[in-house]
Amino acid sequence: MIDKRFADPSAAVRDIGDGATIMVGGFGEAGSPVELIDALIEQGAGDLTVISNNAGSGTTGLAALIKAGRVAKMICSYPRSADSEVFAEQYRAGRIGLELVPQGTLAERIRAAGAGIPAFYTPTAVGTSLAQGKPHGRFDDRECVLEHALGADVALIKAAAADRHGNLVYSKTARNFAPLMATAAETTIAQTSAVVGLGSLDPEAVVTPGIFVDRVVLIDRSPQWLDPSRSETGWL
Amino acid sequence: MTRTTPQALDRREIARWVARDIPDGAYVNLGIGMPETIAECIAEDKEVILHTENGLLGMGPPPPPGEEDTELINAGKQPVTAAPGASFFHHADSFAMIRGGHLDICVLGALEVAANGDLANWSTGAARAVPAVGGAMDLVSGVKAVYVMTRHCTRAGEPKLVNECRYPLTGRGVVDRVYTDLAVIDITPQGLAVRELAPGVTLAEVAGLTAAPLHDQRSTHRESHPDGNSAPSE
Repeated sequence: MIDKRFADPSAAVRDIGDGATIMVGGFGEAGSPVELIDALIEQGAGDLTVISNNAGSGTTGLAALIKAGRVAKMICSYPRSADSEVFAEQYRAGRIGLELVPQGTLAERIRAAGAGIPAFYTPTAVGTSLAQGKPHGRFDDRECVLEHALGADVALIKAAAADRHGNLVYSKTARNFAPLMATAAETTIAQTSAVVGLGSLDPEAVVTPGIFVDRVVLIDRSPQWLDPSRSETGWL
Repeated sequence: MTRTTPQALDRREIARWVARDIPDGAYVNLGIGMPETIAECIAEDKEVILHTENGLLGMGPPPPPGEEDTELINAGKQPVTAAPGASFFHHADSFAMIRGGHLDICVLGALEVAANGDLANWSTGAARAVPAVGGAMDLVSGVKAVYVMTRHCTRAGEPKLVNECRYPLTGRGVVDRVYTDLAVIDITPQGLAVRELAPGVTLAEVAGLTAAPLHDQRSTHRESHPDGNSAPSE
């Protein structure tokens, strides 16, 4: 019997240790696993390396984790936004490290880790400061830079619906990095707005197969997802 | 937008210029900021598919007030809609579209463009600034045609079209065409080639506000105003 459901966010993040590398899904607020991050803050793990597209905005979620001083280093593509002052303050004070990665390279490095590809060549960033010091190679008469796979101990992601096997579907642009991160972490923890019965998710529509997911935590029931009028196929 | 010269186009007029040149059926990525205006200027008889790199192909206009969905946003993190025929996908697929050469055109903003097509648009290199690159380097390395939409000069009046970029580069030799408030300029093996001038703007004026040599290649390109015939208005 496979049942990956955890009772609550605290139980799901209990064993994350100091110094862990953690992927956090989301693009801005969309797809941000806020309740899992809140549980991680409460749990107390520190000296974390966080891989996420952004470095938090406002004062909740990832911004709160950074503000609490738990993040030693961010690996991200866009740590600047209108309301990303929490990261900016710590960065300027030298209290947090930053590895800046082009967005597509970040996605592909995560994908590579999940797919068992240790490194790859890409034309992105060739001739810029972000390619400096990295091995280069020429393919089909095009200069490329070597980038390494990027895996993690834990991925915290947000799904729209899950079943007990960990099969996941997402909501619109909240999908973003989550399916990649799910493949690239030792332990993938998905918070979800709905847990449905086995067989309720259309196998043709499952985005993340359950093999990539270790823990599922129901946060709330989203009425729009459970409204049968939204499904024309009979599947959820 | 402060006008570079009295005859300079405003943001919407530049956007109409770009929109006019986007062909029916094109897959297009519009950068955050000024290029976003282009979406509103695409003629209704054209079917242009907008890509936003956070994971949506077939981006529609912003929703009416009150109908925003926090999980349906564009790369600028603003609420958008999904047009009929739209699809959602994860970031690796989204950047496969970009890096894999599947997108026809991207339009980006710029800090500087060099005569050889070098682009600087992600960092001023200022010590206290938080560096952020997003998808710009991927876009310029993979999209078939890279257009820049920008004012011709900075707010301080400094030319943005230069012999060599001073700011950190986004990509080398990547820009194909620049739309400014004064002119449409192609990047060619010979350098900057003026294709069109805004109405009332002279080649000498543009040359005086450009820090690299200009070639006049207007004869090989039709001249028209983005509106078709009307004079620019505020």
